[in-house]
Formats: sequence, C-alpha cells, structure tokens
Amino acid sequence: MFKGDFIQNLPKIYGTYTGGFLVFIILMALAEQAGVSAKNIGVMFVAFTVLIYALIGYLSRTIQVDAYYVAGRQVPTVFNGMATAADWMSGASFVALAGGVYFGGYTYMAFLVGWTGGYVLVATLMAPYLRKFGCYTVPDFIGTRYGGNLVRACAVFVLFIASFTYVTAQINATGTIASRALGIPFEAGVWVGLISILICSMLGGMRAVTWTQVAQYIVLIIAYLIPVFWISSNVGGGIFPHLMLGDEVARLGELEQQFGLVKNSAADMKAAGVPGGLKYISGSHSGVPEGGMAVWKYLSLAICMMVGTASLPHILMRYFTTPTVRAARKSVAWSLFFIFLLYSSAPMLATLSKLALMDPNLPTGIIGKSISDVQSIEWVQRWSEVKQVFIADFNGDGILQLNEWFMRGDVVVLATPEVAGLPFVISGLVFAGGMAAAMSTADGLVLAISNALSHDIYYKIINPKAETSKRLLVARVLLVIIGAAGAYIASFRLTSILGSVAWAFDFAMSGLFFPLVLGVWWKRATREGAIAGIIAGIVSGTVYLTWVFPKFSVPLWGGVNTPFLGIDHLRFGLIGAPICLVVMVVVSLMTKEPSPATQKLVDDTRIPTGKAILGKQH
Amino acid sequence: MSNKDAYWNKTKNHMIVTLVLWAFFSLVIFMFGSELNTMSFLGYPLAYYMTAQGSLLAFVIILFWTANKQEKIDEEHGFSEREDD
Repeated sequence: MFKGDFIQNLPKIYGTYTGGFLVFIILMALAEQAGVSAKNIGVMFVAFTVLIYALIGYLSRTIQVDAYYVAGRQVPTVFNGMATAADWMSGASFVALAGGVYFGGYTYMAFLVGWTGGYVLVATLMAPYLRKFGCYTVPDFIGTRYGGNLVRACAVFVLFIASFTYVTAQINATGTIASRALGIPFEAGVWVGLISILICSMLGGMRAVTWTQVAQYIVLIIAYLIPVFWISSNVGGGIFPHLMLGDEVARLGELEQQFGLVKNSAADMKAAGVPGGLKYISGSHSGVPEGGMAVWKYLSLAICMMVGTASLPHILMRYFTTPTVRAARKSVAWSLFFIFLLYSSAPMLATLSKLALMDPNLPTGIIGKSISDVQSIEWVQRWSEVKQVFIADFNGDGILQLNEWFMRGDVVVLATPEVAGLPFVISGLVFAGGMAAAMSTADGLVLAISNALSHDIYYKIINPKAETSKRLLVARVLLVIIGAAGAYIASFRLTSILGSVAWAFDFAMSGLFFPLVLGVWWKRATREGAIAGIIAGIVSGTVYLTWVFPKFSVPLWGGVNTPFLGIDHLRFGLIGAPICLVVMVVVSLMTKEPSPATQKLVDDTRIPTGKAILGKQH
Repeated sequence: MSNKDAYWNKTKNHMIVTLVLWAFFSLVIFMFGSELNTMSFLGYPLAYYMTAQGSLLAFVIILFWTANKQEKIDEEHGFSEREDD
C-alpha cells in the first residue's frame, strides 16, 4: 500500500488514520440513529481509539537503545509538534480548562498565557542546545555538562518530584474518564487506564510514545473543536466563534450586572450541603480586577507557569527526537501552534456555555428561572444524581440566582454539548478526546521518570557496563513499577493530598530552570554551583510550600500563614527559583572555573553543526 | 573575533530581542489590564482578547519568526545543517 519507509509515508499514514476516525464518528452517528444506546456508543468510542493506540504501540516495538530513548532521532518537525502538543495537553487541560475560564474569567486566564508563553523560553534558551548536546534525558545533560554522579542524581531527584506530582493526577484523570465512559468503578478505571498507558509505551519506549501521541493529538483536537464550532452555531454565536463572540462577551457583562455577582459565605454553603469541588460564578468574565495586588497575582502566576513549562523534563525530552537542531527549533513553533488550536478555543467554549446557561432569552437559560422548572430538566437531573451540579435556594424565593447554581468545572466540557442540544455521538467523541489527552500526558511522564531512572541512575551510576538488552529490560521494568505506583496512589484518591498540577511546574522551576539555562548560557557555571543551586532551590521551594499551604502548615508549623507578597501554594516556584539562581551563581564564582574541556563542550553545544556531544548510542 | 564568537554574539542578541517581545506580550501588557480593557478589538475588550487569544497567537508568530531568523544567522556563519539531515 505504501512505498518507501515509514517516515516518508507519515503524512499518508496519519491522513488515512484521520479519515478513518472521521468515518468512525459518522458510523457512530448512524448507530445512534439506529437506536444504539448512549452508553454503548461511549464504550465503543473509548475502546476503538484505545485499541488503535495499542496497535501503534505494538508496531513501534524496538530493541535499539536510541529508538527506545529518543525515537531514533528521526521524528519530523510537524509530527513532533503534534506529539508535543498531546504530551502537553493533559486530561486536566482537556476537561478542566474551559471550566476554569468559566468560573475564573480573566484572572484564571493567566494560566493560558503561562502555559503557552513558556514555549518561547523553551525555543530560545533550551531546546536547540539540548538537541545538539545529544542527551537521552534531561539529567543526562546536567550530569555531562557539570560532570559527576552527584549532580546527575540531584537532577533525577527534581525530575522525579515534579513528574510524579503530575503523573498521579493524569492517571487519576484517565481512571475517571475510563470509569464514566465504560461504566465501571473508578478503582477499576484507574487500572484499565494504566494498562492502556503501558501497552502504548512499554515495547517501544519513546518511539512508541511518539507515534501514539500523534494519533492521540488528532483524536483530541477533533473532539475539542467539533463541539465548540457546533455549539457556537447552535446558540447563535456564529460559525467561527474565535472571531465572532464579541457581542456574547459584552452580553455576559450585562447579565452579570443584572443578576449581580454575589459571594456566598462558607457557612451558608456548608449549611446547604454543597458537595465538595463544585463552584459558582462570583467573578466577572471579561472584567479586569482592580488594584496592584490583582495585577501581581496575574503576572506571578503567568511567570511560574512559563518558567515551569521551560523546565518540565517530559516536554524538553520531546525535542531530543528531531533529526536536527534546526528541526528542534521549528518543532517548538509547531508544538505551540497545535496547542494554540485548543487553548484559544477553551475561552470560547466557556463563553458559549456560560451564555447558554445565563441568558434568559435563550431556551437553554436556567438562571432567573423557577427552581422547580430547572430541576425537571433532564440533563440537570442526570448530573445532579452524580453530584456534579447542585442547587441551593439561599434566599428562599424559588428562583435560581447566579450564586445558587453550583457546578463542577469538568461539566462545562462534558455537558455543554448536551445542554446545547447536540446528539450523544458528540459526547462519546468528547470522552474519547479526554481519554486521549490524559493517556498521552501520562505516557510521556511515566517514560520521563523511568528513562531517567534507567539511564541516569542504573546505567550511568550503578552499572555502566550493562549490555543493551539488560538496559532496556531495566527500563521496561521501571516503567511498569512507576506506572503501577502512580495508579496505586491514584486509586486511593490521595491526589487531593498531593495537591495541584501547578505544583509540578513550581517544583521543576525551583530545581531545574537555572541549572539548565546557565549550563548553556554561562560557561563559568560549575559543578559545585549546580549541586548547591539545585538543592537550595528545591529545598527552599518545598519548605515554603509546606509553610504556605494550610493542609501542611497546620500540622507542621502550627497554624495558617499569610502568603509572603501574595506568593501562595500555586506560586512557590517564585521562592525556589531565585534562591537556586543566587546560590548557583555565588557558589560557582567561589569555586574553580570549569576545565578547558568543559568550556569547549559548552562552545560546541552552542553551534548547530558538528558532532553531538554525546554519541548516537551512549 | 573568531567566527564562532561572532556567531554567538548574534545569537545572544537575537535571544534578547525574542525575550523582549515575549515579555511584552506575556507580562507588560497585563500590567495595564484595566486600561486596555476600555479599548476593544473584534468587539472584545482588549485585555480579555489578549489573554484569551491575542498573546497566544503572538507567541506562535514569535516562535516561527525567531526560528527563521536564527536559521539565517546559522547560514551567514556557515553553521547551517545539511538539507538532507
């Protein structure tokens, strides 16, 4: 069917795949018409897509070290962009981002700027140089540039903390979606999710993860964009919402005035029995909060997310897979383009969804209507049963006020198609998209952790004489152990204790950002400086987190502390990273400058041509 | 100054220009959020538009521009990688 090798045929292969997926959607739509139940359609969507990923994972199996660690460094620019986008956009982004904008409005959107702006740092400061270096993992760069096992182990430690914080949340998301789509208990869903993740990554390492991530990107972007465009034209937002929702945003402002933005007291909410995790609208959608503190809150969050993005190993390692340095740079641009397609749609979905519920002139509007009428709506009943939406009549007037309607953020993505009257096939598609998003990120993270342990700890430190087959065996065993550990923690729902996804960014920026940047941009940076910087950054950041986060500060510090300069638990990287920088610079200047060999190594890293610092197979 | 040093100086300057643009779209404009929101673009309040879409798009454009410009710098100094790589 295809002439030439696999890489040359990629556009054809993924073109066929995309066509096949669209045909599958149409078949499901026909099945819905023919009377197949909504539940079975959901099952078929998830089962079909996961089987395809598993097949890709199996076909990409390998026994080569460089294929396992860096996909043989032959992933073309655009495809690496798609794979990175899937790696990046987690289950949380997919189901929770629009909900975040829905409730948080302008203030929340600091996340959007942070999670995209970071790629400019990746492209200018890191990606091309790490690619030239020829490392297999991020600690591989740190260990070789600064020299020595201790600094390598420190980098692995930071990588482990940051990525593991992130991965349990992803396995949790995979389990949630699998359980809802397949109708199985959450605990079983987690293990189904884990097995799917391992099938995609175990046999082929980075090569398998790359090609499944491309397939997952295609599914998740189709699953996100089709509903947004469809809902927009259904509720009168125009066919191209990104350019046409100006009036709708203005209308939301009017409605906020009309209904009033009221803050509920915690006592009232407790008395009414509002289930945990449900939120109500209390902030303006497009209005900018006044005051210097509000501006600082926005900027500080954006800074943490941007710098964190540029330090997250599972993202940086995607740029080790391109054929050239030039391709690595371009690939960052393509990654952000593919991310932009989804991120710029999330606020539009939030706007449409909010308007559909708030505008009394629309048939879907519920705010301002009588509570008994709202409670008889089918989707409200269905989502109330599973405690995803809740109504509390605080003022007892029988009319639903804006502050009396509670909803979980995920509902914006999962239920809006239903609310706007789209057929169920779209909801099935959304499940498949959410599953793709959660799996692709979990894959990348589990691989980043197990690769660092197998390459940097096992091969470079413990047993440098290990043969290829033994190295790959160790890598696979570790992959299963890390995945199982993540799933085990996720199955106990301990993730609420582990905290927010944002922490992964703060951990990574505290311990890795400056050692990576200075490794390329400052020849004078020494081994001692790097070790001291990594330890000082990660320790100070973590101590500050325990001090500022109430769940930790009460047992450890005996009370709730007021954040210093507004730096709360989402922003603790702003403590860790500057301390890391100062300590690293001071200690570097106090110690002997790096040897001429190390300085030459940095010089070579800075130039795109010539041999990589580390060999093709090392 | 050797060719390598000249190349690295240009690369460094290019990095600084890129990061200035980056800081403008990610940080500077949001220092003036409430002022910007009194203006409008495509019917959206401007600060809302920038955080929802505008800055994101600016980053994409900056990245393609910066990669192309860096390729030109590579070429000028003979550090361009082979086409078939």
